[in-house]
Amino acid sequence: MSARFISRKVLGSLATLAFVVVFNFFLFRVVETDPVASLFRGKELTQTQRAELTRQFGLDGSQGEQFVRYLGQTASLNFGRSYSTNQPVWEEIKDKALPTIALVGVAAILSAVLGVMLGIAAAWRRRTKTDYAVTGFTMSTYSMPDFWLGMILLTVFAVGLGWFPVGGITDPASNATGFAKLLDQAQHMVLPAVTLTLAYLGEYAIVMRSSLLDTMREDYLILARAKGLRDVMVRNRHAVPNALLPVVALMAINFGFVLSGAIAVEAIFSWPGLGLATYEALKGPDLPMLQGLFLVFSASVILFNLIADLLYAYLDPRVRTG
Amino acid sequence: MSAAALPSARRVTWLRRRRALAGVWRDFRHHRPGMIGLVFLGLIVLMALAAPLLADEAGLRAINATDNPAFASPSEFGRLGTDGLGRDVLTQFIWGSRISLLVGLAATVLAMLIGSVVGIAAGFFGGRPGGVLMRITEWFLVIPFLPLAIALAAILGPSIQNIIIVIGITSWPSTARLIHAQVLTLKERDYVDRSRALGASNWHLMTRHIVPNVSPLILANTTLTVPIVILSEATLSFLGLGDPTNASWGQMLDDAFESGAITVEAWWYIVPPGLGIMLVVLAFTLVGQALEEILDPRLRDQRA
Repeated sequence: MSARFISRKVLGSLATLAFVVVFNFFLFRVVETDPVASLFRGKELTQTQRAELTRQFGLDGSQGEQFVRYLGQTASLNFGRSYSTNQPVWEEIKDKALPTIALVGVAAILSAVLGVMLGIAAAWRRRTKTDYAVTGFTMSTYSMPDFWLGMILLTVFAVGLGWFPVGGITDPASNATGFAKLLDQAQHMVLPAVTLTLAYLGEYAIVMRSSLLDTMREDYLILARAKGLRDVMVRNRHAVPNALLPVVALMAINFGFVLSGAIAVEAIFSWPGLGLATYEALKGPDLPMLQGLFLVFSASVILFNLIADLLYAYLDPRVRTG
Repeated sequence: MSAAALPSARRVTWLRRRRALAGVWRDFRHHRPGMIGLVFLGLIVLMALAAPLLADEAGLRAINATDNPAFASPSEFGRLGTDGLGRDVLTQFIWGSRISLLVGLAATVLAMLIGSVVGIAAGFFGGRPGGVLMRITEWFLVIPFLPLAIALAAILGPSIQNIIIVIGITSWPSTARLIHAQVLTLKERDYVDRSRALGASNWHLMTRHIVPNVSPLILANTTLTVPIVILSEATLSFLGLGDPTNASWGQMLDDAFESGAITVEAWWYIVPPGLGIMLVVLAFTLVGQALEEILDPRLRDQRA
């Protein structure tokens, strides 16, 4: 991969990020709200208190001044303070990122592995019962609202059967530490992780199936068979590695959505991550929090899109010469 | 030969289009998954249209349900049971289909309009303006859809009209890119060159050659966008960004969650709206995939 190709891709991503940063400012300035008034509704505020609070929220001065200040603050990761908790938005986001990365990361990996396996099974036994069963199953899970699936799993397995906790990340009554705590957290993660895995795997299975079907028409597979290679060998050595290309790209892109992917599902299971933070910020609406979350979500998508582009070019030489 | 015996050019075009459409229908009729989707879709649309005949709208208001028990199961109350306010779930399900379908179709039309206009303009005029349009499209493609839609919906406030606008203006970029690519290849065809040499205006070229030739693509893309839009609407409504006075299926799920239907295991309240969404999404996807296979010659060969 030439340095020129890489630098062009990196510059493109930076331009996109700059666009998002500018867009973010104007998006949230369209709304005419007075957070100071709505936060201290009914309380008597003196003129100086009011001016001080307006300054704290960064809402004083002209739009131009606000914009320049916003750029400077964004560059130093200062996204202002949350209207509801009065904590710096960046600190809030940092605290809540880990549970989301853990939950959605596990689901992203599981769904990719299972989805690819299902896709291979369906394509290799095209137009058999296996294919129809896999396709029917993945199309169904793909068509469900993910949070609805979560609600049903929660009703059946947590409330009805009592096999799993009904929400949160730890049992509030226990003060376990170390391994016991980790085990407790893992148990809390099962239902939301299963929900997200089922919600995501359909796409992988569908893409893998059609990619493998495309590959199976290639001449080199006929050659491989003509050489007398066993079916398993043709599949695992010749067909699958080539068919995996689009799946790899899809995986990289989906990892970009790891941070923002589980807003509704986190809300259902009260999983204390960025999704639940978004859900709660919406109730306010807590605009600085929403603004910070929007920036972080966008930045992660842009980063992983860049990784997907570079990875794809590395794996498929046709892309970088074309 | 007298000129009167010849059909007009307009009529020839019309006949040709009708024949092409009949051909598509003939292929579609033999496409089993596509037909299953179409029948399902027909039934659901029929239910939505006939809502006033099937259930009394008054049953949607809690004030009319004060005599009913809360969270009564189907076996206690009959039909699909009641919600936390004693309202009949079946009535809400039937009327909710109207909002879900309305938002799904209206937002898709809006997205298709923006996407087609941007894609055709960028592809047809090309050059610097086209490049700028496509750059903007690329930007919108990478902004994560859900956070953007959430931010917009939170800013605009909850109403049916706003949710249509929000989904419409966040769902167009992929269509624009698809159509742009198609227009670029159409533009280079010989018949377009010939028409231009004969003195055709840009308007004539666009309306007579470009638009008719991309419209099959737009049609297939529309049927594949509706399911995505319906799922987006459900998620936004669930997050509290929908119109509480005109409850869609997504809004019903939000109401169920907020009223604690999970804790009392009121499955009769949770299952129907989600199942409705799933079936509509599945039906549209089946129809869309069938249309795509029939209309896209590249895929048609693969089927054989």
